[in-house]
This record gives sequence, C-alpha cells and structure tokens, in this order.
Amino acid sequence: MSAATSKKITPELIAQHGITPEEYERIKEILGREPNITELGIFSVMWSEHCSYKNSRPELKKFPVTGPNVLVKAGEENAGVIDIGDGWAIAFKMESHNHPSAVEPFQGAATGVGGILRDIFTMGARPIFSLNSLRFGDIRGDSEQAKTNRRLLGGVVAGIAHYGNCIGVPTVGGEIYFDNSYNGNPLVNVFSLGILRHEDIRRGAATGVGNPVFYVGNRTGRDGLAGAAFASRDLTEDSKADRPAVQVGDPFIEKLLLEACLELYKHPEAVVGIQDMGAAGLTCSTCETASRGNSGIEIDLKKVPQREPGMTPYETMLSESQERMLIIVHKGHEQTVLDIFRKWDLPVAEIGYVTDDALMRVKNGNEVAAEIPARKLADEAPIYHREAREPADLLERRQFDFSKITEPDDYAATVLELASSPSLASKRWVYRQYDHMVRVGTVVNPGSDAAVIRFDTGDGKWKYLAASVDCNAKYVAADPYRGSLIAVAECARNIAMSGGVPLALTDNLNFGNPHDPEIFWELQQSVNGLADGCRFFNTPVTGGNVSLYNQNPAGAIDPTPTVGMVGLIAEEKHITSSHFKKPGDAILLVGDWGWEVALSAYAREIHGVLTGEPPQLDLSREKRLHDAVRSLIRLGEVHSAHDLSEGGLAVALVESCFGGKVPVGASIDIPADLRLDVALFNESQSRALLTTRGENATAVIELLARFNVPALRIGTVGGNELTITSGSKKISWSLDQLDKAWGLAIETLME
Amino acid sequence: MRWAVIQFPGSNCDQDCYHVLKHVLGQDAYYVWHKNDSLEGADAVIVPGGFSYGDYLRCGAIARWSPVMQSVKAHAANGGIVIGICNGFQVLCEAGLLPGALIRNRSLHFRCESRPLRVEHPHSIFTKKLLTGQILDIPIAHGEGNYFADPETLKSLQINRQILFTYSDRAGRATPETNPNGSALNIAGIMNKEGNVLGMMPHPERASESILGGSDGKAIFESVIEAKEPKGAVAA
Repeated sequence: MSAATSKKITPELIAQHGITPEEYERIKEILGREPNITELGIFSVMWSEHCSYKNSRPELKKFPVTGPNVLVKAGEENAGVIDIGDGWAIAFKMESHNHPSAVEPFQGAATGVGGILRDIFTMGARPIFSLNSLRFGDIRGDSEQAKTNRRLLGGVVAGIAHYGNCIGVPTVGGEIYFDNSYNGNPLVNVFSLGILRHEDIRRGAATGVGNPVFYVGNRTGRDGLAGAAFASRDLTEDSKADRPAVQVGDPFIEKLLLEACLELYKHPEAVVGIQDMGAAGLTCSTCETASRGNSGIEIDLKKVPQREPGMTPYETMLSESQERMLIIVHKGHEQTVLDIFRKWDLPVAEIGYVTDDALMRVKNGNEVAAEIPARKLADEAPIYHREAREPADLLERRQFDFSKITEPDDYAATVLELASSPSLASKRWVYRQYDHMVRVGTVVNPGSDAAVIRFDTGDGKWKYLAASVDCNAKYVAADPYRGSLIAVAECARNIAMSGGVPLALTDNLNFGNPHDPEIFWELQQSVNGLADGCRFFNTPVTGGNVSLYNQNPAGAIDPTPTVGMVGLIAEEKHITSSHFKKPGDAILLVGDWGWEVALSAYAREIHGVLTGEPPQLDLSREKRLHDAVRSLIRLGEVHSAHDLSEGGLAVALVESCFGGKVPVGASIDIPADLRLDVALFNESQSRALLTTRGENATAVIELLARFNVPALRIGTVGGNELTITSGSKKISWSLDQLDKAWGLAIETLME
Repeated sequence: MRWAVIQFPGSNCDQDCYHVLKHVLGQDAYYVWHKNDSLEGADAVIVPGGFSYGDYLRCGAIARWSPVMQSVKAHAANGGIVIGICNGFQVLCEAGLLPGALIRNRSLHFRCESRPLRVEHPHSIFTKKLLTGQILDIPIAHGEGNYFADPETLKSLQINRQILFTYSDRAGRATPETNPNGSALNIAGIMNKEGNVLGMMPHPERASESILGGSDGKAIFESVIEAKEPKGAVAA
C-alpha cells in the first residue's frame, strides 16, 4: 500500500471526516475490517447529509411522489420525469449551492447552475430553462455587513449569468429576498427543466457484467475536495479556509458535454446507463450506478483523465471537479462513444467495467485503493430520527399588536418606500444580467407571475410551460406548516394567473442545524405543510434538495422551504402576463379587500413590527380562485392577471404598470370606509388583480360569482400616472417616479 | 436561398437562427460544423451568437482560426453574404472581415433586454425593406458589445455609410443615455465597405415572431432574401 492509503486512522481523523464513533463502528461492520483513508473519505462524503439525507429522509417520505403523469419518481434517479402528453415529458429539479456561494459567490453560484443542468441532461433531457431563488442579508446602508451582502449578491448573480449565459440555457425568472437572517449564509437555489421524449429517458444503472465504464468530460483536479461534506457543516468564521472545497466551473466544457451526451442518446443501443459526477464525484456515480444495477463496478484511477500528476486515490475519488459524466456502455459500442466525444474534443476514457460481485472496487494501477459493498455505501447510510421540539419563542414570534400599525401621514411616500425596499423592488438589475431569451422560447419574460416558455415538438406544434418559484420565509418562521402551505399555494396561483394547470413540484429545504430540536421541528412542520399542499393541488414532488446547517455564528437562517412548480398551458392564446395592457380596461380585485397586515412587508418595513402570524389560507377558496381565473382566461376575457402577495394591493398595482414595451398607468378607487393602509398593504391570501375590457367588467364579475369568487371593479387602466382615490384622499405618482423608486432601487444600491 | 449556419463549439444561437430561417421564413437552412472547410454552396452565411471556443483568450479570437472561417472569408471575398450576430459580430471583427473591435460593456455587466434600434439607411442588402430612422425593437444579450474603433475608422464608417443600426430611444435620438454598452457612435451594427458582410450585436432572430414580443428583426433577413430573390423574378 502507498503512503496515502496506509495513513493511520485515528479518532481525530474520523472526527475530521464528520463521522461519529457509532458510524465508524458501522463502517467496520460493513467492511469486516478497518477502512483505509480513501475508504474513510468515501464513507464521509456518501454519508454526509448532502448525499444521504440521513437527517431528513424520514421526513421526505411524507411527500406524495406518485401520480398518473409521473414517469420517473423522485429519488429513483437524478431527477423525476413527468408526462406532458403527446409522447413528451419534462425532467426538472431544484438544488442548492448555499455553502459554496457563501465563501466564493461567483464560482459557488456558477457551479450550482452547472450541477443542476447535469442532473437534467443525465436523464436524457435537453435543458430549456432555469430559474433561481436567492436570499441575502440586507443590502442597504454603509455597514460592513451590507457591503458584504452587496458583494455576495453581485457575485452570485454574475456567477449564475456566467454559467447560464455561456451554456445557452435561458434563466427566465426566480425570486430574491433580503433579510438579515441570511447574513453570512446566503441561499442559492437553482432550478432547471429539460424536455425529452418518453423513449429517451436515461437511467443511472450499471448492468450487464463486463460492460465497459467510461469517464467523459473535464479532467479531475484537486478542486472541490469533499464539497458535499463541507456543505453538511455549519458555516463558521473558519469557513473561508474551506475555499478549496468550492469547485471551479467551466460552462464551455459543460456546453460541449451537453451536446455530446444528447448526440450519444441518439444511439440508444450504445448506452446502458449514465450518471453525472456531482457531489462526491467519482465516488457517488460509481456506487450509485452499481447499487441501482444490483451489480458491482471496478475502476482504475490510473485511467482517469487528471489535471495534474501525483493525485492520491483519496483526492481523485473525492474531487468535485465539474463537468464530468460516467457512462456504462454496451460492450461492442465503445467506438460510438469514442467518436462522439472526440468530435466534441472532450476527454474520454474507459476506466473500468461492470462486475457481479456487488462491490465498488477502486484500483490504482495494480493496487486496490478501496473496496466497499456498493449498496451499503449508496443506500444504507445511517438514518437519524432527530428530536423535534416546538421553539420556545414560537408564541413570541406570532405576537402582533395592531395598535403599533398607525396610519401613515404621507401615503405617496409610504408606497414609494415600500416599493423600493429591495425584497419588493423590481429585479430588473438582476435578470437583465441573465440571458433570458436564448433558445427563442421565452414567451413571458421575468417579472411576471410565472415565466412562460414554449418549445417546438417538431411537428409544427408547440407546447407551453409555466414555472414559478416561491417562499415567504417570514411566514414559515412564524408558522412553518402554514407558511409552507402558502408557498405551494402561491406557486399554484402564479401558474393559474399565467393560464396554466400545475403539473408537479420540486422543493429545496433550506434549514439550520438539524441537531437543534427546534430547527428540526420547523423542518418537520414545513414538510407537513408542503406535503399537504402537494396533495391538495395534485402536484407530486419530482425531487429536490435538502440543505441543512445553514447557520452562521449569530444563529440559523429563517426556515426557507423553496418551492418550484411547473404547469402546462394548453393553448398559445391562454398565455397571460401580469402587466396592464390596454387603456380603458377595467381593473378587478378578485377575492376581497383583505385585512391581514401581521408579518406583511408593510408592518415589517414601514413600522418595524417584525412578528405576527402569517395570513390565513383557505385551500378551497384558493382553488376556486385558480379555477375561476383559468376559466376566464380560456374564455378570452383576461388581459392581465397578477396575484396579490408581498406588499399587497399597492405593490401589485405598481408592478402591473410595468412590463410592457411602454409603461401604462391606472386610476383606482378605494371605498372611504376602509382603512386605507390596511386595504393597500394587507397580505390576505387567495386574491388577484385582473384586467378585462371595460364593457365586459360586469359580465366577468358575474362569471366569477358563479365560481363563488367575489370580485369588484376598483379602477381603470390608462394615463401616465397611478392614482389612488379614497374619499377625499387622492394620491398619485407619475410612472417615472414609480420607475425610479421601484424599478431602479436595486440598481441604485448596487452601482 | 441556401443559408449556412456555422456551428462552433460553444455556439448557442445556432438553433435559433436555423429555426427562424427554416420555419419562419421557409428558407433552405443547414448547419456547417466548424471543422468543415466547405460551405456547401451557401448563398448566405450566418455566424451565430454564443461563446465560440468558450470565448477564451478574447471573444471570437479563437474562432477566426477555425477551418470553416477560412471558407467564410473566401465566400465574403467573392461577394457572398455573411451575417455575424453577437458573438458572430465579434468573430467577424477578429477575422478582419469588419473593422473595429467589441470590448467589455461600459457597465462591466452582461446585459439582456429588448432595445430600440434606429435604422440609419435602407441602402444596403440588409436594410432594403426598412426606412431611414425607422425604430426596431430587437433584444441585445452580451457582455462585450462595446464597439470600439480609432477615429479614422469611425470617420470612414460614417463617410461610407457603413453604420446600419444605432442604439436610440423611441423617438430616434441616439444619446449616451440610450447607449447600453458604451459603443462608439452608439453603433449596434455595421457592414463592410463592399456591403456584403453585416455584423450586429442585437439578435434579429429573437425578434422574428410576434409571440416573442415582436417581429421587427425578421425584416433584416427578408431584406437579404428580397435582394437575392427579387419578387417577380422567374425561378431558373
């Protein structure tokens, strides 16, 4: 044995690898001996939370994962696959890259995009769009913390743009919130979706004894060593020393890899199985493919294309170098693989073969560097049923004193202040750095309720997908169950406003350290809420990601279960966006005036009242709203539809003025007997703004009533101002004024 | 018309150009791989957007050496039509088919948005169907679209009427405020002196179908088609 593999295993070394003494005993039991250092490293990454979900798996089992349109279930493969009719399917998933982005925002975010894209094209699908959900601390002010947060935002956005723009997959939307609970621990959740024919679904299984195993793509280097294990720890002051655990991405290589893989898929006779090398790289891909194939795999590290000489087996197996794939090839079809990858000038090497001994055997030339039962490594990680306890301060978090919400003296200024707060302001500065139009598929651009993307089915017909990501973490922190249910409902509402029917959902559970029972309770309640929401809206979970240990020295982040939902729009003419279109159109408030201001952006931003209960959610009422709006859209009655969420009616009105080629104003009437700030800013659920032809307003309200959905006409589209009248009060803003406050807020802070 | 769409490793608007030419305009479009040195009888060549060869070294700097570009140069020298869009514009500048260079955007940020463009004149095969001062809505999507050339070159571009598109506002005023990237003279697109090679940063293929928000870009392709296949001409 070489010096590297004979290094003595000490309790300190075991602890450094994040392995508990009990886990170490289990490893010895599996191997029937002491592991060597390479094997210890392999267990440490495969049994990290990031790869094994050892702390969250019992919770994840609560998610509904089946349904008539589910072709590949969550957890079976890299991403779930959903039938969308006519022989077509979609594969989509969301992944986090929080920890890498905290220490190296540009590369951390860039490789997050690269990783999720590989998850999608590994399934046989061509990625056609991405979304993202980002969280940072507040970017306002001159404090060191605010400067750091601005640097993180700038770096993350540039990193996403760098990778997505170069590979040519449009980033068509997403959401960003700023809150100081994310100081030092930003969240970077990236979503990607691909399209494929049913018969083109690829599996990550190694079958057929003697079939060769190929390594394709980027060479292996020392970057990203044990990144999965790094992501499964708290972030501390020392995390900067973990920078080598952050991978470096090369979107150009990934573009070549994507095209080469899609070309290879046209030769189904050549490919047995394929899996990307993401977290835990070569380790994860070999043991998982062997486990799924009920087989073993033997590879020789001397044959792995390497960036630098002298890498130890430990480093080669744990490297998270990007843009690599493992392909199991039908014996006799080696030449097909070699030809295609050479055409694309990519490294390609036969590094091993499928065996029947159920072992992952890693050789380094003639010596055996690791030998581990594949199934036990991949699928039999320890499972922990963590203790859950209701947070002691839960009631405090829900405390709300309405008397502190005093009516503003200057409504004009209050609306501008709220609309220019970074979480509510336009994200134009961000999304214009993303190529959101490449692939000529983006029908509804970023900034609307849901992004709408078309794709050509090849026979002159198109299909239209709507997609949205959401999570109001303030609601979740105060009531994880209801907050999570609202996240699902809001996603479904966004899809409905765009004219679509929800199909399925992916989630990214971002939480603090699960060893803290109060945090685990939040996770549990949140999963319950998401699962109930999924069942109610008939949207099975296609997979997702769990990111725990999102803490910094000041404490845990707000629990943030981000939801990404995809829907199908039946016809082109049903596609609906959120901005006002035609002067003279009637503006309808669908739902009612609402009343809940606790936890609203208004209470928090304007009055500094940070606690309270999230708004109520009546699911049947919510569903009636979706059905009613969709029906009206199909009847051709809806010119624009926009749900009411953070910032309430006021912010929804501001947003609706922008989005077309030229902005358009509106005049609104609010009954004088309503308290104006409550009417303008409350965040009661299940409500929307619709516009329709002025002369049809009454008929449309009657149609809504048939769905038992209340609605009333509150104003008219047109003019160069947004004007709100309530009794004797008349407040108005020029569109220029609104654009400066809402449209340019983030740009002004960042430039 | 036969339209060759060049595919470099890293091209990512090749399929978009192909789609518009083939399905929207009904043209005979096909791909040509960068390692090929034949254009297979093309009437016009599209050098599409993307990140050819990863845009390493400098945007378009490596692509100019590829086998296919030697054929594109020969095609251009013979009076054949060449249109470089975005990264394609950068490649044509690097290859010496167009003067000047494209450098980092003034803001240092990538910028993707629809912009009003002013048509400078209709006296070219690329703008034949357009009017002087007409405003087109066509998206840009680039990090390095800041057109740069020395004063003499800029002067000669003006004198020879080689500037075809400039970044302007909706009223047709081209000012520093309407310039998204810092380009000299607000230049968005130019042609060579001979008038057969066009380079432009905005993406006309992204503005060729009304479902995508507008079809102003289509007129550029249609101008070329009309120039090569005039209406009323009898097919041979």
